[in-house]
Amino acid sequence: MTGINVDAESRPFWDGIAEGELRLQRCRDCARAVFYPRVFCPHCFGGRLDWFTATGAGTVYSYTVAHRAPGEFAGQVPFVVALVDLDEGVRMLTRILGAGPGDVRIDARVRLDVARLGDAEDSPELPCFRVVEAA
Amino acid sequence: MSPRRRAAVVGVAESALGRTPEHTVLTQQATAAGAALAEAGLGRDDVDALFVAGGWSWSPAVVLSEYLGLRPAYLDGTNIGGSSFEAHVGHATAAIEAGLIDVALITYGSTQRSDRSRMAPRPATLTEQFERPFGLPQPVGAYALAATRYLHEYGARPEQLAEVAVSARRWAALNPKAFHREPLTVDDVLASPMICEPLHKLDCCLVTDGGGAIVVAAEDRWADVATRPVVVLGHAETTTHNSITNMPDLTVTGAARSGPAAMGMAGVGHDDLDVLEIYDSFTITVLLTLESLGFCKPGEAGDFVDGGRTAPGGALPMNTNGGGLSYTHPGMYGIFLLIEATRQLRHDYHSGDHGDHGDHDDHDTAPAGGQRQVSGAELALVHGTGGVLSSTSTVVLGRS
Repeated sequence: MTGINVDAESRPFWDGIAEGELRLQRCRDCARAVFYPRVFCPHCFGGRLDWFTATGAGTVYSYTVAHRAPGEFAGQVPFVVALVDLDEGVRMLTRILGAGPGDVRIDARVRLDVARLGDAEDSPELPCFRVVEAA
Repeated sequence: MSPRRRAAVVGVAESALGRTPEHTVLTQQATAAGAALAEAGLGRDDVDALFVAGGWSWSPAVVLSEYLGLRPAYLDGTNIGGSSFEAHVGHATAAIEAGLIDVALITYGSTQRSDRSRMAPRPATLTEQFERPFGLPQPVGAYALAATRYLHEYGARPEQLAEVAVSARRWAALNPKAFHREPLTVDDVLASPMICEPLHKLDCCLVTDGGGAIVVAAEDRWADVATRPVVVLGHAETTTHNSITNMPDLTVTGAARSGPAAMGMAGVGHDDLDVLEIYDSFTITVLLTLESLGFCKPGEAGDFVDGGRTAPGGALPMNTNGGGLSYTHPGMYGIFLLIEATRQLRHDYHSGDHGDHGDHDDHDTAPAGGQRQVSGAELALVHGTGGVLSSTSTVVLGRS
């Protein structure tokens, strides 16, 4: 099972996921959204970052359908992994739920759906997405 | 300003390739190092700098120094993935120019095929925690994401990806050391099992064991060496991201920066180059790299490689050993690009001499229909890619 070593920097993010919310940071200097969590803005190197809750809406930038997968994920193929551009302007890697081969296209609109991918009780809750509007 | 003190590759060697359960990462690197030094006519005690990349120890450079009985005055364990060795050549060249070292030894070894060690699941730490729990197979899944985007943006077709594997296989047919040498067609690639859409099994590099070594020497020493030196004319490296999520544009690699920088340092243009050795971890890697290096416009690499342009007998020979797709790929392939470019520029493959002295398996005659030696090769571009299109390093080599 791929667990997650939550650390001091990522804890607010994972606390948000546990509450069904996607929490990102925003730089007070350049106003751009930041993901993954950092102590410095990767755009302007400003050091003042505030947490906010994203809408959970985004667009598929790219995707792949995995037909082979290692370890615990082998039994889940075929499954869709995508890069999603959130409306707030950051990109995340994620799983597209309820989708198989041929179901996802670039530019499809997707929405956050927090879910566990593993059957184990300690399988982490993850920010997954579902297609809400096909491309 | 006095002219810079030049550096050249003066010895290269592979260790045993393929499946080598009789080897460890240490014996592979030691045998390759011994062979590369012997080819150059140099001894261990001529070496004053060691460059090693690998994930097999807390400090591969320190461990290998002890194993070889080296006491280097200069150590470099730079690990930027498969492109590490092109970076090592660059760093060694800079150290030679600066007068810090005279003879550098660069090595790599891996037993990944024999080990078949599936890593036990461990918790995702640091920036991994935002990617690994989603189950994307790595590295193939990341390259597949880039390929999907590339096909979408430019209307390129999977057949054009497959053409890269077909070209590599045609070169592999001329290389007795290649892992796969049987003929391959575009249809074969497309009919091979899907791994991560749109990449099939035959769009992916091999998983082999193997090792290699390179000796780089200052020009003061060239008169002492037994080979024709291959001069390092230009070098550059960069990184654009670690995880594929943070690649700024999935269709442009760091080659767009390291390529022009290395070619500018060498003072060469695209049309000057006789042979290309381009890291082919996956077929998509080659198309993106050719575009990022500026050999063709964005979206045109599929047409560029079409019709056998990079295959034996084509106008721009590329991956003339069969590449990571058909020759060998022991985890980090970059050192083999340099070995092949060096042999091409020395014209080692003329008249059936494969340039590996002491390896009697090498004396197969080349099959009809092509020759491995690029006729009159004077200039080569070597380009490594590491991670998930994460790091690149480019070296321009010239026949002396």
